Amino acid sequence: MSALHIKKGSTRHSAYNLRPTFSDVEERHTIAVLVENEPGVLARVIGLFSGRGYNIESLTVAEVDHTGHLSRITIVTTGTPQVIEQIKAQLGRIVPVHDVHDLTVEGPAVERELAILKVVGQGDKRVEALRLADIFRANVVDSTLNSFVFEITGAPDKIDAFADLMRPLGLTEIARTGVAALLRGD
Amino acid sequence: MKREMTGAKMVVQALKDQGVDTVFGYPGGAVLPIYDEIFLQNDIRHILVRHEQGAVHAAEGYARSTGKPGVVLVTSGPGATNAVTGITDALMDSIPIIVLTGQVPTFMIGSDAFQEADTVGITRPCTKHNWLVKDTDKLAETIHEAFHVATSGRPGPVLIDIPKDVQFATGTYVPPKPSTSHYQPKVKGDIEEITELVAAIEKAKKPVFYTGGGVINSGPGASQLLRELVDATGFPITSTLMGLGAYPASGANWLGMLGMHGLYEANMAMHDCDLLIAVGARFDDRITGRIDAFSPNSIKAHIDIDPSSINKVIKTDIPIVGDVAHVLEDVLKIWKSRGRKTQAEAVQKWHAQIDEWRKVNCLAYRPSEKTIQPQYALQRLEALTKGHDRYVTTEVGQHQMWAAQFMGFEDPNRWMTSGGLGTMGYGFPASIGVQIAHPEALVINVAGDASWLMNMQEMGTAAQYDLPVKQFILNNERLGMVRQWQELLHGSRYSHSWSESLPDFVKLAEAFGAKGIHCDDPAKLDDAIMEMIEHPGPVIFDCVVEKHANCFPMIPSGKAHNEMLLGDASTEGAIESGGAVLV
Repeated sequence: MSALHIKKGSTRHSAYNLRPTFSDVEERHTIAVLVENEPGVLARVIGLFSGRGYNIESLTVAEVDHTGHLSRITIVTTGTPQVIEQIKAQLGRIVPVHDVHDLTVEGPAVERELAILKVVGQGDKRVEALRLADIFRANVVDSTLNSFVFEITGAPDKIDAFADLMRPLGLTEIARTGVAALLRGD
Repeated sequence: MKREMTGAKMVVQALKDQGVDTVFGYPGGAVLPIYDEIFLQNDIRHILVRHEQGAVHAAEGYARSTGKPGVVLVTSGPGATNAVTGITDALMDSIPIIVLTGQVPTFMIGSDAFQEADTVGITRPCTKHNWLVKDTDKLAETIHEAFHVATSGRPGPVLIDIPKDVQFATGTYVPPKPSTSHYQPKVKGDIEEITELVAAIEKAKKPVFYTGGGVINSGPGASQLLRELVDATGFPITSTLMGLGAYPASGANWLGMLGMHGLYEANMAMHDCDLLIAVGARFDDRITGRIDAFSPNSIKAHIDIDPSSINKVIKTDIPIVGDVAHVLEDVLKIWKSRGRKTQAEAVQKWHAQIDEWRKVNCLAYRPSEKTIQPQYALQRLEALTKGHDRYVTTEVGQHQMWAAQFMGFEDPNRWMTSGGLGTMGYGFPASIGVQIAHPEALVINVAGDASWLMNMQEMGTAAQYDLPVKQFILNNERLGMVRQWQELLHGSRYSHSWSESLPDFVKLAEAFGAKGIHCDDPAKLDDAIMEMIEHPGPVIFDCVVEKHANCFPMIPSGKAHNEMLLGDASTEGAIESGGAVLV
């Protein structure tokens, strides 16, 4: 159960021993939250962000421990260091939240996202799309004479780069899962 | 011992097993099975309020004056939505409340059924936690867990939504047992940080304790430890509105309340101190004034059970997460073991400086022989009720600030007011909850005419249970604080801030079978107050006061602690454009 292989009660990120120097520079942080998979828990997390005016760049959630009924929520957010600390402290207050980890602070972390893209076109553009997909290690998961659907996995900026290349080649639709992330090492 | 019973019976059984003796509520279709069970027993007393908001405020008054959680029982839909203001009030002031709401049967949820509302959805942001119970077998353990959550860590309101079919169905009851849930907030503070605080105490030349409602919430032991620490160190102490009574107002080191309408000496001490020890207080905007000019030269220590309070507003140098009583106990232990050191001579000088500030006499007002000044009314109320076993609640506005300034509290749990949310209409139902918990005590609600009207229907409750609550209304025929701000900020254009068509309060009291007293003469005030105290039943005291009095001192919005307005000061241009957007 690698998703839960985070040391319990890690305090590197916590307000328990917090000595921040407040800065106005906005940072992007990836936060992993282990929650009890009970009704409304996602609404609590999202409501916290909207109610207190925090940003959500991406959010993914799924049950990762079926026997313990624990879900893992991965949130990518931006804010000043003070806001990021508040976000973590506020998440920690939610009763069904078991643990909050700032992977950006505790990292390095592996971040991956999956996207599927539909590219419509014929002739040279179609060939070029297939060639670029090969370079990006994207798979073709659906094909007609006029279109491809590509599946690509990677860090968010890799997906951005691939989508940018596909746009002039006939990109019509894209669906992204949002970021899933784990700490590197053991 | 496990037993089979209906969900409705389970509710009553679980409340009994949790030691509940009183429930404040109002029946309706979706809670009828529970009301039926209440009818069939005598252990739990149900107090019928006249509006669900009143039920929650009454439960808050009960909780704050006893230290036990308050319990509310209301129906679905409008019953639940009417309770929302009270629930939010309890969340802002960290008051443990358990709200039980009826819900339409599970098979009708989502169908826009009669009196259906998404109660858990509506109350999610205003409760500490809430539950919708869809299975009778889960009901008992959910109620027990609700008590655990409401009373552990930073206390707060919780809500359990119980569909009607779950109340009718039979399930297995489990009695309470020590909570095994993962929610177990840490109560002991970090010893290294505590030691650092002790070192700062030993070095401080101009220290001040800044205490809040967290001390009261931590229990009477916390107030006791605070008194011991304050008196042993000789450090001056101020408190937020919520924390009054934790340290006695007659205590040698007491500075009075701080903040927007706090005392000059308290705010100046906060501004000039070199060590600020925040205990169970959260640096609310009513306290800090302008953030970038807040106590600029001090080391800031912050003791709080909620990690999110630390560094939320003010950067903390010594953060200590833990329960106030536990942390103060450790502070005392370590400070004593290191030889009880302070910079006694410097602290003496600091007190001399504070005495200079005290000479400003910031609460001075112009007395009058013709009209009752509101400050005078509260001075007399204080003088004539001081010796009594007394509890005071307030509504929200000028009268609330004057009560905090002019009344002294010697013990915790004696002062109930709506601090964070600032809920007009809080005081009257809260006084009912207090009186229910303390039937022999003198319970006074210091009110304004406008606030009091917001929940005046609770006169029915006071009359029904013959609760001798004293409604002391400072009647200026105005929304006094709104009027004051309009004078300061909006060119004295008093837009809708007066009370047209006020009732005759004496007749109103009599209409409910209570006693009404009217007084507009300073010379007759003492006798009138004595008459109120001596009357054995509920009283509405219509105290007609000066209509245009402003509440001073005042830190105008956007200003710092050392930029206070004192009485008789010109209020023209007191708030600059930058501060005007603040509330």
